[in-house]
Amino acid sequence: MDTIHALLEAGKRYGSISKAAAAWQAKEAQASEASVTQTMRGRLIVMKESLKEGLNPDLRSVSGRVGGNAAKLFTAADTELYGITAKAGAYALAIAENNACMGKIVAAPTAGSCGILPGVLIAAQESLGLPDDALVDAMFLAAAVGRVIALQATVSGAEGGCQAECGSAAAMAAAAYVHLMNGTDEQAIGACGFVLMNSMGLVCDPVDGLVEIPCVYRNAAGAAQALCAAQMALAGLTCPLDVDCLIAAMKDVGTALPPSLRETGEGGCAACGG
Amino acid sequence: MPDLFDIVGPVMIGPSSSHTAGAARIGKAARMLLSGAPKKASVGLCGSFQKTYQGHGTDKALIGGMLNMDIDDPRLRDSRELAGEAGFQVDFYSATVRNAHPNTVVIDLSDDAGRSVNLRAASVGGGEIRIQEIDGHETKITGHANTLVIHYLDKYGMIANITHEIAAARINIAAMLVSRTVLGGGAMVALEIDGEADAGLTEKLSALENVYSVAYLKFTNDRQEG
Repeated sequence: MDTIHALLEAGKRYGSISKAAAAWQAKEAQASEASVTQTMRGRLIVMKESLKEGLNPDLRSVSGRVGGNAAKLFTAADTELYGITAKAGAYALAIAENNACMGKIVAAPTAGSCGILPGVLIAAQESLGLPDDALVDAMFLAAAVGRVIALQATVSGAEGGCQAECGSAAAMAAAAYVHLMNGTDEQAIGACGFVLMNSMGLVCDPVDGLVEIPCVYRNAAGAAQALCAAQMALAGLTCPLDVDCLIAAMKDVGTALPPSLRETGEGGCAACGG
Repeated sequence: MPDLFDIVGPVMIGPSSSHTAGAARIGKAARMLLSGAPKKASVGLCGSFQKTYQGHGTDKALIGGMLNMDIDDPRLRDSRELAGEAGFQVDFYSATVRNAHPNTVVIDLSDDAGRSVNLRAASVGGGEIRIQEIDGHETKITGHANTLVIHYLDKYGMIANITHEIAAARINIAAMLVSRTVLGGGAMVALEIDGEADAGLTEKLSALENVYSVAYLKFTNDRQEG
């Protein structure tokens, strides 16, 4: 379960990567599959509560720079024009804003990128009319993908830049969405690959070192990025590059980034703010 | 090695795993080292902690932890007020520690009963913490396993006596770090154990000759909680 290749192999044995992932987690935690599924369901409940809190128009962070914008975006969300992306972006922003305002969140894979996966999942649930259990199933797939990235590269902005945080989160969300749309494991992994390819090199450049600007807006963009990648994969486009190789490349790019672009609040957007 | 609930998780109060969740974990560890409710704390923030603590709620997280809150406790937000209500006085200052990790904190914590503890700890990323020094003794506590921290007189046979009691409680020691300041002076051992220690064991350890104090750090397992 430590490489994308291994995930696909395990998926063949268990019927899907998500089933293999739930079985792996149960074994790892020496718990029943019912128990780890219950834990994951608990995470989904926190995500939904966090969304509700994040859509509060009066929300403000300690610095006062972030909060309340998700409510604005959600009110204006035009699903006819923008489809599911309208909601997913607003939801991702809402949860990221709630995080910035000391709300309760589920790191996925990090606190700074916590809006993307739930934003896509909950928007998909509403537009497709899916039960919670379908989302929980997709979350195991997303977690398995994120774990490979954490093992083979990094999910820390200080080590790998924003590509490692919001990039990884969007890759996880893309895989989850393909799964919810009844795509194959290969398509889900292809969607991950498209995200990793398209977010390669994104730097971590928080203004004043705070998880606010540009972080919360990158969550909205990450949701859109995930859905774009998922659409390509679902339409039958195959990712032209090997996904394990893309993960290794992302790590190398992160290492090559100067410290000013790795969560120090110096370069990039940080150079324009504060 | 991360498991799936480290990736979709932990459940925590934002905004930052290192500056908020890690800080709360350090605060709680400080309280456990004191073995009781603190009344006074002096907290020195270094590097990035010092620069960004207000925006990240690092101060609130540290105080919340010292008030026994976990990383997902919404009361972390109001911990400064809650500290005031509990008569817990906390002062922050800007500290400098040479060659320290950017997210380093030094804490002096004391209670009404005359107990006190001094520690240096770092939040090293993703909510992971390292307690690096306790009362002048170098150490390395990760919070991955429950840990006994024992202060004693540096004398032959002390480690044997301590580990004998732990063995008698049928508890396995996973890691052990012994440190002393001067020969024949005060010494400290940090023992990471498998499973949990009960009150009976800490009482027996405290009753050993030349043992000054026993603190039990029971770390919350964030992974398996709903």
